[in-house]
Amino acid sequence: MASAAFDEVWGDAGPGASREGFEALAAWIAETPAQELTRRQQAAEAAFRQLGITFAVYGEDEAAERIIPFDIVPRIFAASEWRNLKAGLEQRVEAINAFLADVYGPRKILRDGVLPAELVLSNPQFRPQVAGARPPHDVYAHICGIDMVRTGPNDFFVLEDNARTPSGVSYMLENREAMIRLCPELFELFPVEPVDDYTDLLLSTLRSVAPHGRGSEPVCVLLTPGHFNSAFYEHSFLADAMGIELVEAADLEVDDDIVWMRTIDGRVRVDVIYRRLDDDYIDPLVFRSDSMLGVPGLMAAYLAGNVTLTNAPGTGIADDKAIYSYMPEIVRYYTGSEAKLPNVETWRCREKQALTYTLDNLDKLVVKLVDGSGGYGMLVGPTASKAEIERFREALVAEPHRYIAQPTLALSTVPTLTEKGVAPRHVDFRPFCLSGADGIRIVPGGLTRVALREGSLVVNSSQGGGTKDSLILADRPRRRGKAAAPEVTPMRSGAD
Amino acid sequence: MLSRTAASLYWLGRYVERAEFTARLIEATIRLDLLSARPAGEGAWESALAVVSAEDGFWFTGEPVSPDAVGRYLALSLDNPSSIRSCLDAARNNAKSVRTALTREAWEAINRAWLFVRDVRVTDGTPAALAMIEKLKAEARGFEGALHRMLRNEASFFVRLGAAIERADNTARLIDVKYHLLLPEGEKVGGPIDRDQWTTILHTVSAVTAYRWLYREGLRPGHVVDLLVLRHEMPRSIAASADEVAQLLTSIGRRLGRQGEADRMARTRQLMLNRSTVNGIISGGLHEFLRGFIADNARLDYAIGQQFRFS
Repeated sequence: MASAAFDEVWGDAGPGASREGFEALAAWIAETPAQELTRRQQAAEAAFRQLGITFAVYGEDEAAERIIPFDIVPRIFAASEWRNLKAGLEQRVEAINAFLADVYGPRKILRDGVLPAELVLSNPQFRPQVAGARPPHDVYAHICGIDMVRTGPNDFFVLEDNARTPSGVSYMLENREAMIRLCPELFELFPVEPVDDYTDLLLSTLRSVAPHGRGSEPVCVLLTPGHFNSAFYEHSFLADAMGIELVEAADLEVDDDIVWMRTIDGRVRVDVIYRRLDDDYIDPLVFRSDSMLGVPGLMAAYLAGNVTLTNAPGTGIADDKAIYSYMPEIVRYYTGSEAKLPNVETWRCREKQALTYTLDNLDKLVVKLVDGSGGYGMLVGPTASKAEIERFREALVAEPHRYIAQPTLALSTVPTLTEKGVAPRHVDFRPFCLSGADGIRIVPGGLTRVALREGSLVVNSSQGGGTKDSLILADRPRRRGKAAAPEVTPMRSGAD
Repeated sequence: MLSRTAASLYWLGRYVERAEFTARLIEATIRLDLLSARPAGEGAWESALAVVSAEDGFWFTGEPVSPDAVGRYLALSLDNPSSIRSCLDAARNNAKSVRTALTREAWEAINRAWLFVRDVRVTDGTPAALAMIEKLKAEARGFEGALHRMLRNEASFFVRLGAAIERADNTARLIDVKYHLLLPEGEKVGGPIDRDQWTTILHTVSAVTAYRWLYREGLRPGHVVDLLVLRHEMPRSIAASADEVAQLLTSIGRRLGRQGEADRMARTRQLMLNRSTVNGIISGGLHEFLRGFIADNARLDYAIGQQFRFS
């Protein structure tokens, strides 16, 4: 499969060649000895280990913390490529927020029959508890990580909209730090857009959505499940970079629908909670009562409008895999224009014809659980064994509504350092989009995940994938110093 | 600052201090066992266990008292909650949960020590044990250095407060064990074994040179007690630790704008130590004095937790 894929640096011609505009990178790869690349890569990984940039794999011993493998060969986007992506991302995130405001509000889209009402209303990700309530400033998905794949020079597809608590942004930032330290010549060679103001923009976003009337200095905190969580490093990294408290549920208490945190100096009122805890766990009085991670009364405070939760409870309905397949219609409905970023073609197995097609083509398709994540609960037809295919066939027939199917795409590859030198490996891309009361902000960059095994399409870190820095080239000539903050793109309001 | 953060920082300070003290204790015991005029043998290792109240725990391992077995238990055993390994596990967990309150340097120092001790499987033989201890002491110094480069705010104050409370406890235990457990029956107070033992205690707290500077007339138990209990200029003495606790509480109180029960207790204790004399302590019973101090220190620890809402 690897041979059929489009390589982002080498094009279709293979190692040594170069696509137009990528000559300098191809030359850098060719001219830097593999040994030297290996040395730098090891230095980066040693630094990550030392900093504790680790993730825990569930089911493994706590001591078995791992670092996500880092690849020293960066991925590069031309300025024009990024411009198109950015426009598409803004449009998509705007539509996601409008969709959420609508389905938890007037539900026009359901009345207009754009997508089946029961698909939304009886979806496990739909939270009737927040229906009719409006979050402060009507923003729901404050932080979105949109997973994208590429199959050709101009062919980008959205694979997944992560609108709940997307992770990975700390790797975007740490990878860049490592690259600047270890491969400074690349930044001499290319005018690269900076990503390091992401945390400033995140804090502005959080502050912009504080409940009305909470003054100019709202108290923002980051709520983590705790240091055993696999993404804890990221939680502490972000809280640190923003200079806000990293709290666990036990640090918070709710009195008269107001959220307080316990400090050595008494109680401090909390206005905005960037929660990295799923809906299910935030409040045992409303969601899972067996959860020890949540704050009793938090939802009442939220519904009373006294605290902002980012992302808002209930955003999961927007990134549900069953809803995903309707995203082109959703984008068209709310923005009035065609989606600039297409979806991957998707068969909804709940529909009879799609099910038949899927069952007939299991060996060619990727089949996913609509509520699965992290590469679990997934069939990759072309590489699956007969037994696995049969197991999925039974599961599909029994509960078709739980599955979608997609073609196996020839994902683009990027030159990657392997044991046998630099070779093409498949990648995906997750840029991070911030939606505040005053508009959408996207830093020019994102997390590139790379499947390190030859031919593999699975890039999830829990499945052995690695990461790369993603350099967005600037239109301007290279110059020193920090670029101006990206402009804010105003969001159109609601469903109207 | 969150109360939980304060608690984690405070315990981080205690655990790192405890790990370092245990490392020093093992080193001193090896020294006592090997280098004294007459071999101290089992007695030295038994008293090392007694210093950290680990006799029962060790007994449950079923192993005979030997340098390797006790050294391993004190250094690496996961069954021993006060082993260096366990302390560093706990210190790192605390540090990890309050990453945001620490500097990168301070976190890296803890993480490096943890990564190092995690990979030590066995300490076979004395040279290996001594090499490990050297490294751990260096890491602890590195952490202390990092700590002193942090902002002088609550975060660094709480870590140092934990360390000072722990250090006071450790020093008191160390002297107490010498007085009651170590000297084999029939050996004369002031005899060669007695002298070796007092020297070893000085070694444990890096005070041999300090002793020579302050007391010109050779080794006397009364002087050692004076040095380790009452001399403010001796960093690990009980008096110095008590001063540090009181100062740190004052610094925290100043930043918060109020003080509480813990401050009062810390100052009362300082006053008591300032009024004490070596002769008074010894004639009233050193053991009683030290037991009283350890209990008092535990009460102060509790009051700190109450005052900052973390216990």
